[in-house]
Amino acid sequence: MNTLELGKPNQDVVAEILSRVARQDPDIVVVTGDSRGSAKMTGFGKEFPDKLVEVGIAEQNLVGIAAGLASTGKKVFAFSPACFLTARSLEQIKNDVAYSDQPVRLVGISAGVSYGALGGTHHSLHDLAALQAINNIDIVVPADNFETAQAILQAVDYGRPIYLRFGKRPVYHLHGPSTPFKIGNAIPIREGRDVTFIAMGETVAPAVLASYLLEENGISCGVVSFHTLRPFDKGTLFEVAASSRALITVEEHSVYGGLGSTVAAILMEAGLFRPFKRVGIPDEYIVTGSQEEIFNHYGITPGGLAQTALALLEASHQTFLYVPERLDEQLRPDAPSD
Amino acid sequence: MSELSSLIHDLELKSVRYRKSILSMIKHANSGHTGGSLSCIDILNVLYNHVLNVDPNSPSDPDRDRYIHSKGHSVEALYVVLADRGFLPAEEIYTFEQYGSRLIGHPTRKVPGIEQNTGALGHGLSVAVGMALAAKKDQRNYRVFTLLGDGELTEGSVWEACMSASHYQLDNLVVIVDRNGLQITGPTEEVMRLEPLEEKFRAFGLAVRSVDGNSIPQLLQVFEQIPFEKGKPSLILAFTVKGKGVSFMESNALWHHRVPNDQEYEQAVEELEQVETQLSGTRLR
Repeated sequence: MNTLELGKPNQDVVAEILSRVARQDPDIVVVTGDSRGSAKMTGFGKEFPDKLVEVGIAEQNLVGIAAGLASTGKKVFAFSPACFLTARSLEQIKNDVAYSDQPVRLVGISAGVSYGALGGTHHSLHDLAALQAINNIDIVVPADNFETAQAILQAVDYGRPIYLRFGKRPVYHLHGPSTPFKIGNAIPIREGRDVTFIAMGETVAPAVLASYLLEENGISCGVVSFHTLRPFDKGTLFEVAASSRALITVEEHSVYGGLGSTVAAILMEAGLFRPFKRVGIPDEYIVTGSQEEIFNHYGITPGGLAQTALALLEASHQTFLYVPERLDEQLRPDAPSD
Repeated sequence: MSELSSLIHDLELKSVRYRKSILSMIKHANSGHTGGSLSCIDILNVLYNHVLNVDPNSPSDPDRDRYIHSKGHSVEALYVVLADRGFLPAEEIYTFEQYGSRLIGHPTRKVPGIEQNTGALGHGLSVAVGMALAAKKDQRNYRVFTLLGDGELTEGSVWEACMSASHYQLDNLVVIVDRNGLQITGPTEEVMRLEPLEEKFRAFGLAVRSVDGNSIPQLLQVFEQIPFEKGKPSLILAFTVKGKGVSFMESNALWHHRVPNDQEYEQAVEELEQVETQLSGTRLR
């Protein structure tokens, strides 16, 4: 019962959906930078040689060409490993796509630490931070095959610049086929009174498994798949913050500038003070290993996340969990004074 | 006067008037890129008044020719020509760089007729390649033009774009280089050697012609010849003079983005008006 079924790599789903859409839609164009193999777009290129533009290893040119194609009404999906796409060609994303308002669908593949032991050159732990500081580009990080398929389908007719981020490895199924999905609307998977994981992308599955472990230990634990970072779904965040005593963000990204720091800032500004923890990749040279080993190292596992939750709840009981309530009582105008 | 010489005369007169407008706009805003706008204005003049199939009444026509001002800092020249062609009200050029104005100090799609926001160098050609590629895919006959500064050519992305333009045989793409020989620090060949430039572009698979980029007759002639070769993008190496038309600004890197003081402005206008009077006189005869 409390297990998840393994699906395909999200990137496989991206390729399948795009091929399906391209059979009907004459405006689909895919741009690749010697990356069609890792993007799983080889089959697409064979089926639609006229719809695939290869630019070679030249990410700046890739994004510029994508912007030019998009300006003519083409529905452009520009593929490149997230690490290169959002660093080498960041200025092209900023100026040619976002600032010029050309609705390119940028697809960052093998994102986060998908490339594992290939090291820092190949990790993209900065991309969400970099793109969040750029106006006019939406950011989506689907968690499972269902979210991926829906995100790609919705991106086809998306009228704004958008960045979609995917990993390399097979991911667990999280949602049934009738789950409502809309870019910009986070999906609450489980509700929890004690603590809730606000997770994105490939970290949602370990968060769900952690919630099962916590549940077994009498802790009511929720999980939200926060697949869209922009536009940010404040409504769902506030609902979760209202119903859950403590919040933990989980992301395959630096703890700076991604989901965690964004959630923290929005909660602070709204005056919603909760016991809070960011789980992600800390500011350090990352340990060598596969994606799985790196996740293990930084506690992005069912056991690691469950422990983090227990520690947070324990600490907050001892310190400030009830302080806001006491303050609230004292500040109430009709509170008895003595 | 033959039809051609009448056209040349009219365009030469326009160039002088455009130069005056550029200086007046820069003087009014107390900001601007003077030298480069004056070097490229004859190219924009010929493009917008004779070559490009664009219409201010339907700036989004899918079959229009596209122009991308990759050397975005010389935006004054572009705004002046677009205003003259009716893409924006003539008096609007005096809102250049003012608080809340849509006339930003680099090209912006907020202004009708502008296809792409530019200003960071080395971007325009890639975007132009994308547009030209789309025309080929859709079997549309529009052409794509882009103007690059010569200082801009040290950006590596320019060469990535050249490679792809020739790989995809984009003979509907016309790249113009405003070869005024100067960038903000000084002569291009001292800052970072570009020569032999013709050979470089040829080696990257472009068909190259060199012209005097401040000569209306030569520009008219070279644009008549595009595409220079079937299956190849055309590259026009337009040798120009930075600050062209104002004696003390010509070939002086100081005027890259200097604004004339009152006395300099008066002298510049006087010089241009002398030429304007001469040209108007010729017309009368």
